[in-house]
Formats: sequence, C-alpha cells, structure tokens
Amino acid sequence: MEHLNESKRYHDEFVKGIWKENPVFIAVLGLCPALAVSNTAINSLAMAAATMFVLICSSILVSIFRNVIPKEVRITSFVIIIATFVTVADFTLQAFVPKIHKDLGAFIALIVVNCLILGRQEAFAFKNNVKLAAVDALGMSLGFGFALFCLGAIREILGNGSLFDVHLFGPHFEPWVIMILPPGGFLSLGFLLLFFNWFKVRQQQVKAKQEHIEQFNPIISLNSKG
Amino acid sequence: MELSQESSPSPLRLIMTLGIAGFFSGLVLVSVYLSTLPIIEANKAAALKEAVFLVVPGCKSFKTLVMRGKKLVVQTNEGNTKQEKKKDAAEKIFVCYDDTDKIIGFAIPGGEPGFQDLIKGILGYNADQKIIIGFEVLESRETPGLGDKIMKDDTFRANFKALAVEPEITVVKPGTREANHEVETITGATISSKAVIRLLQKSMTRWRPVIADWVASQN
Repeated sequence: MEHLNESKRYHDEFVKGIWKENPVFIAVLGLCPALAVSNTAINSLAMAAATMFVLICSSILVSIFRNVIPKEVRITSFVIIIATFVTVADFTLQAFVPKIHKDLGAFIALIVVNCLILGRQEAFAFKNNVKLAAVDALGMSLGFGFALFCLGAIREILGNGSLFDVHLFGPHFEPWVIMILPPGGFLSLGFLLLFFNWFKVRQQQVKAKQEHIEQFNPIISLNSKG
Repeated sequence: MELSQESSPSPLRLIMTLGIAGFFSGLVLVSVYLSTLPIIEANKAAALKEAVFLVVPGCKSFKTLVMRGKKLVVQTNEGNTKQEKKKDAAEKIFVCYDDTDKIIGFAIPGGEPGFQDLIKGILGYNADQKIIIGFEVLESRETPGLGDKIMKDDTFRANFKALAVEPEITVVKPGTREANHEVETITGATISSKAVIRLLQKSMTRWRPVIADWVASQN
C-alpha cells in the first residue's frame, strides 16, 4: 500500500508540470525565452533542452545539499548553482551546435534569470528528496518544452509556412511575417492561454456535473461506472 | 530570543557555504571553458575558411595578410607585441590562389551596425577587374523573416556576383538597377540591406589602396 502511495506521488509530481501546473500555460512563468526564441520549432526545442539540463541538474544538486545550505543564503546558493549549469550549457552549445547557439543568442545566458528554475528550487527541490526533486524537474521541463514547442510550431507554420524547415504549403503561400516577429509571440501565447483556460473551465464544469449526478442519483452513477 | 540565536548559523558558516559554492562553481566553469575553447576556436576558423572559399570562387588555397605600418604583409607569425596581435586579429584579409598559385582575389572581412546588432560579413574582391565577386554574412541577428533576407534573398545576393567598385558602389531602390556599380535594397529589409552595402563601401575605401600597393609589390 505504501509502495503504491509512493508510486502515485512520483506520478503526480511528474504529471503536474506537464499539464495541471504547466509553467507557461498555467503558472505563466519563464515567458521571456518562451516569447523570444519560439519563432521556429527547432529553436524552441533547443531552448527547452538547455532549460531541461539546467533545471534537472540544479534541482538534483540543491536537493542533495538542502541540509547543508543555510536558509539565509539559499537564494544566493541557488543562483550560483543555476549560473554554473547555464554557463556549462552555453559553452557546450557553442562548441557542438554553433548554429543553434547563434540562433538562440543571448537567451541562453538569460536562463539564469528564468523564474521557473529559481521557483522550483525554492518551492520544491529545497524541501524534498533527490528522487522527487528530479522527477518534479523533469515534469516541469517537459511541460516547459511542450509549451515552447506549441508556440514555436504555430509561429513557424504560419510565419514561414514550414515546420522544422520543411515547407508545408508550396511556393504560393504568403507567410504571415508578423507571426515570427515579437507581436506574433504575444498573439500565439494569448490564444494558447485562452484555449487552456477554456479547457480547464470546461473540465471543472464536467467534473461538477458528474459530482452532482452522483450526489442526487447514486444508482445511475453506480450503473454508469459498471 | 535564545532559541532564535541558537538556530541561526554563524556568519563564518554562511561565508564558508558561499565560498565553497563559488570555488566549486569556478572549478567547473574553468574546466568546461578550457575543454571547449579549442573546439569553439576551431569552429570559428572553419566557418571563416569556408566563407573565404565561398566568396572567392575557384580558390584552392589562401594566405593571411596583415598590416605592418602602412603596408600589407603575409602573416608569418602571430605578431610580436600584444598591440600587434590585437591589431592583426581585428584587421586582416586573405589573398586567394588557384591551382597554379595565381592570385585570383581577396577575401575581406568587415562589420557594420544593422537593425538589431553588428552585421559581420566577408566579401570577395577581384583586384584585376575591380569587381566584388561574392559576399557572405558571417554573423547577424537581424529580424527573422525581414532583416535576415540579406542572407536568404537570392536577388539581393546576385548583386554581389560581379559588382563594379568604380566609380563607386551606389544604393538604388528595388527594381531600378541600371549599372554594374548599383545595388538594389530589399523591400522589408531596407536598413539591413543598406548596412551590407555600407559594409562593402567602407571595406573598399579601407582596403583597395593597400591591396593595389601589395599587388604592385608582388609583380
């Protein structure tokens, strides 16, 4: 039973970052890179991968040393740890994928100040064991990557008529240039937030309706459950 | 009161914590920096080499030329003084040879502020015919979809296949090019395309006289 509860906890911590507490669509965190580099799908994925590396490594390290770091200097310690991993990611990208490093520009260095990463250290990694911190970081970074990919794919398809540089609409397609410019980022994010909020409200309504049926007609609800 | 004093760590512990964190951070950063630096330098050199071969078609080998006093010389060492090394890194051009070791052109790197940031490029120059024979962008952060047309617009790039540098390179509006020394700007990327043209003009003003002197000294 305890084992089942533990598995459920890990499952919940993992899934929450992807969907229920998605850092971009629900918590609205880390919008600076989400808007700035999501003009193509490949840039979005590269930024998501860099953020994932920094978030997972930082969370593991913060969790390992959570009993050693005095709480008075915890934020400074988090920033040192995060900045170290960001610089490692920066040099590594520059050495092995220079083209992507050139495309992402200054935004790699700006991962240091991504409030999603600092937020997870403060809210989760500093209070939980290493395994849970790693699972939470993985879920959150996958959620961040999912959001960035949605934005990047929409903007690249409409703004350039392509996805991963593969042209989709033929030579007669007139690209919506605005979509790959900053206003396109705000527009896409606005529509995506609208969709996710609508979806959330709809789910709540369905749940409330279900509860209402169960409350007033337990036999029907039992039958419907089989 | 006593309790709170007991629970708060000593200042020495706080300093030690941050000191140790800083020390290990520095250790990791220096190690990664030193191990990736040769690859990063090699990438930059490879990109530059590739660009030299692109802007001077037919180039099989090249040598680096640097300024010594007011004259161009073939670079044989990295410069004797710190000042020379710095100057060499900032100001150098490449002389390109064909299969028979005949000079076929010069590759000249340069930079000019664009719409977002400095546009760095390299141009190919044929000193015999006094024409620009190629241009490639090395670094640019121009707006995707607009300013980055300086790298993607084939009509604009075609301007640099045989662009006369005499009487002087002139900017004209799209669709109005009549002479060999005129370059058309790009609709939607006027600032970026003008920056490229300025880069060509400034490079030619700077390097043409010294290249002519160097070529004369070789004959």
